[in-house]
Amino acid sequence: MEKNLDISEIIFKIFAYLFVTIFALLCLYPFIFVLSASFSGERALDLGQVFLFPVDFQTVAFGAIIADDHFWISYTNTLFITLYGTLWSMITSMLGAYALSKKRLVFRRQLNFLLVFTMWFSAGMVPTYLNYLDTQNVLNAIAITDNKWLIVLAMGTSAYNVILLRNAFEGVPKEIEEAATVDGASEFQIFKNVYVPMSKATIATVALFFGISRWNGYFWARQMLSEESNARPLQVYIRSILEKYVDSSGSEPAPFPYECSPYAFVYAMIVCAIIPIVIIYPFIQKYFAVGVNLGGVKE
Amino acid sequence: MELERVSEEELEQIEKNHWWTQLKRMAKDWRLYVMFLPLAFVFFCWKYLPLSGLLIGFENYNQAAGVATSRLVGLEWFQRLIFGDMAADFWSAFRNTFVISFYGLIFGFPFPIILALLFSEIKNNYYRSVVQIFCYLPKFVSIVVITTITICILKPATGNSGAGPLAAFFDTIGFIKESDVEEGIARDPEYFRAMYQITGIWETGGYSSIVYFAAIIGISPTSYEAARIDGANKMAQIKYVTFPGIASTLTIMLILEIGHLLTVGYEKVLLLTGNGSAPNLATGEVVTSFVYRISLGSQGGLQSMGGAADLLNAVIAMLLVLGSNQIARRVSSTSLY
Repeated sequence: MEKNLDISEIIFKIFAYLFVTIFALLCLYPFIFVLSASFSGERALDLGQVFLFPVDFQTVAFGAIIADDHFWISYTNTLFITLYGTLWSMITSMLGAYALSKKRLVFRRQLNFLLVFTMWFSAGMVPTYLNYLDTQNVLNAIAITDNKWLIVLAMGTSAYNVILLRNAFEGVPKEIEEAATVDGASEFQIFKNVYVPMSKATIATVALFFGISRWNGYFWARQMLSEESNARPLQVYIRSILEKYVDSSGSEPAPFPYECSPYAFVYAMIVCAIIPIVIIYPFIQKYFAVGVNLGGVKE
Repeated sequence: MELERVSEEELEQIEKNHWWTQLKRMAKDWRLYVMFLPLAFVFFCWKYLPLSGLLIGFENYNQAAGVATSRLVGLEWFQRLIFGDMAADFWSAFRNTFVISFYGLIFGFPFPIILALLFSEIKNNYYRSVVQIFCYLPKFVSIVVITTITICILKPATGNSGAGPLAAFFDTIGFIKESDVEEGIARDPEYFRAMYQITGIWETGGYSSIVYFAAIIGISPTSYEAARIDGANKMAQIKYVTFPGIASTLTIMLILEIGHLLTVGYEKVLLLTGNGSAPNLATGEVVTSFVYRISLGSQGGLQSMGGAADLLNAVIAMLLVLGSNQIARRVSSTSLY
């Protein structure tokens, strides 16, 4: 480094390296702890001996999870909801955002306003609940009794994500579209072959946002699906295990049936819940900077 | 007189033309409207239809009659909520919401800015991106997982297991209160706010820094050079170069934050308070979790009152968003909407 730094700059740089490194390790540490704790023995966990590596290595917790039917049901439910939910959200949002990005769309301003308005004013919990109940009835009436479809169709709309997509489509140069029109491309072909490839980064980011929120969805799934429902997703199941064996409000938790600590069981389940995220994450994180620059909600 | 009549006719003609051309344009672009249709359907069904449910705040709602035909009772629920028998609970939830948001403004808001500043100081690109990847990760983990880990590590010893590691650690250094050895830190009202903010910073601190980081690296290095030549030390450089450089981003984020003062997520609150049954509800209760408890929770059933509180909440929240946006437009000519 050829430029000589002022003493205050050197101190600041050292501080920056230290602070950032410590924060990054703090962000990572809980995951490492959860992973090693899920493989640790009951006594080691009760005495708080687990820090970085598993102590008294055991695989009972994972064995118990693999043998647990409810776990697999909830896991496949979550996969189902994430896959179809993301697909449904992406198709509707991309097509709609494409239309909204066109200057020539009559009523464009009004439609955009209706979109942004949902970010200012939302109905709140009870009306939403009643609405989902109605949706459930309608779905049952047309013979869709699987409540996973309620979650897939009704939950997870996001004006913010539509705006991100709309702004990306607006950024595509108009000349390319005109050239494609001259070549005789139809509206949908232009969308598919010009706009989608040119907005890949934003589309990837928004798909990640939708996917993650589907994978992590909890509250409404718990509210709308009964205790016995076979449609309950993983997050709801994790919480029910926690409430049953570890933190049952007020009362003493239920005796734990397996040969390991209930902590290890819960931690092992958490590991299973974040593995897919950790696998996909590195491929997609490079797009974040593109996706999160909001800037232009306004018209 | 004659002249005026003609021009009026002309005007009408123009207007009709205008209307007609618009329709023609719409017909020509019908494909765009077809593409827009699915999104319109989703937003109509699940964003706009629920708004009609807000009517229950003015009704004595019962499930059998439905929203449309339940008996109207005027402002009775609002009256009970604001002045009547539920007022104490409602206003304490209201106050808690503001306190939580306010702490968020003091601790949660500056953190990502500082972090972005420090990220920009790390010139080794490889090291920086690795560190950034780690810092963003918690954002993508579900709130259920985060609260589950929090509860587990802070849990006191019970019948089937020992104390959580952090609780045990606090116990050995004597930081813990006598009553919390049994009841648990995670359920103590005194620590709820700290727990909420710390997990919040852990969860979103890294991720929220992206916006500021993008703004900071957008500042031209020559500005720093010029400041250095003028003899500015690091603090002065931050104050006179970095800070003005990110001012507009900062304003927008602050608008967002103030606009969302009232929308403290009920999910995390409910998860941390044992669905509203733990003692820490005293400091943890926010308006939305209050609505949940009185209308949808296990002892709920006051759906009309929940609807009334929802409406109040939504109106105040909207005024906050639009108000802060207006102020920002006046003060700095930056606005979001």
